[in-house]
Amino acid sequence: MTAGRRAAGMVMTDAMADLLERFRDGQVPALARAISIVESERAGFQDLLHEVMARGPRAKRVGFTGPPGAGKSSLVAAAAATYRAAGEHIGVVAVDPTSPYSGGALLGDRIRMNDLATDAGIFIRSMATRGSLGGLATTTKEVADLMDGFGFDRLLVETVGVGQTELEITAAADTVVVVLVPESGDAIQAMKAGLMEIADVFVVNKADRPGSARLVKELRQALHLRAGSALKDIPAHHGVDLARIAKKEARNAAPPVSPADWAVPVLTTNALTQDGVPELLEAIDQHLTWLEHGGQLDVRRRDRARVRVRDVVARELSREAWKSEEVTAALDLGVDRISKGEETPYSVARGILASLLR
Amino acid sequence: MSDERKIRILVAKPGLDGHDRGAKVIASAFRDAGFEVIYTGLHQTPEMIVAAAVQEDVDVVAMSVLSGAHMTLFPRVKKLLDEAGADQVLLTGGGIIPEDDVAELERRGIGRLFGPGTPTTTAIEYVNGWFAAQQTS
Repeated sequence: MTAGRRAAGMVMTDAMADLLERFRDGQVPALARAISIVESERAGFQDLLHEVMARGPRAKRVGFTGPPGAGKSSLVAAAAATYRAAGEHIGVVAVDPTSPYSGGALLGDRIRMNDLATDAGIFIRSMATRGSLGGLATTTKEVADLMDGFGFDRLLVETVGVGQTELEITAAADTVVVVLVPESGDAIQAMKAGLMEIADVFVVNKADRPGSARLVKELRQALHLRAGSALKDIPAHHGVDLARIAKKEARNAAPPVSPADWAVPVLTTNALTQDGVPELLEAIDQHLTWLEHGGQLDVRRRDRARVRVRDVVARELSREAWKSEEVTAALDLGVDRISKGEETPYSVARGILASLLR
Repeated sequence: MSDERKIRILVAKPGLDGHDRGAKVIASAFRDAGFEVIYTGLHQTPEMIVAAAVQEDVDVVAMSVLSGAHMTLFPRVKKLLDEAGADQVLLTGGGIIPEDDVAELERRGIGRLFGPGTPTTTAIEYVNGWFAAQQTS
């Protein structure tokens, strides 16, 4: 390990080594500062992550995503309170958007979590997206790793309010809970792409409002559609039981989805009254058990590790590339030549790449 | 992007008074000034404020106090911040606070406190100035 560290050229500054010591000692301010260092990618942040991640992932990671105002923060708060009551130590990362105009952000997720504010067994951190578009901040995954390394049993990661394509949560969580509300629109919205495909558990929150039963039904049908049993929840009408006909057809058709597959549950909650929250947590635990027993947890962690390595390499390559004055000069010159019609962006880029790879 | 250090600021509303218009106005102004603002809502205890300040690793805590309890709340939060090892955090704020009390609180290590009618730009300049001085010291 030591040799590997040296080979990778990692040397800790005294300040960083001191921080790491306090971090390992379980001091909360050290975790908070470590998060700031990683979030702002300050000097040495990779060394810090390297040290903290050495023991591998241990915490259970649950992600909450869904449209703005669906009740993600309230559900996270309800879940965290229940886990705390069971004695678990909980880390929460809540992401809110950065303004593309001012670069500022108003991070308001803590408002829903005030009951947990002074519980020493829970650590809540708000992050601004800082230009990242996937529903998380650029370094939310790294911050989750820091919390994992600090020793929390479970991490709850909450995305910004998302639409259809902000799916980065899958890279940060083992179990993804998609939170919708009756006003989220019909299931066609969910069927288009994206959210539907990443959900391990669906929750229709604010289920006391009109339209929730209908959305639940539509979601279930859409899920069956995906699983190849679209007609399961449709009752017989006009004297024809479609489900029976479908069953007959299915015998000659493709094999059914294997029972080893996870059947995505569609649940209802009311985060304010806590109605349905125990059932939600039960479903999350069932999913985690399924992940562990079916080997899927290992698959997901391997996928995450692969993506992370590629990210770091891409980021470092880019950083290295633009560090050299020669390259930035070539860029300036290239832009001049492009504006005169002597070159295209592609020929300039090819030239720069050739000089870098030389 | 990574070179530019964002100012993180906790806007807090301690105690039982429910007038949060001022806190919301200043939180929005700070956001528009490019700060990352953590807003925790109404009815915060000093302990909640300090726990949030530590976890969020903020540079500044800005409290809005309209209840007249400023001589209790500001020193209490300052003391808890110091005890939590967060003595580098600037504690500032605003509200209905007599000038004599402002001076007394400043003597006790609290930052500037702003009264009604202060332009938001004044508070922003103050925080920016304080932050720049911290960075160079």
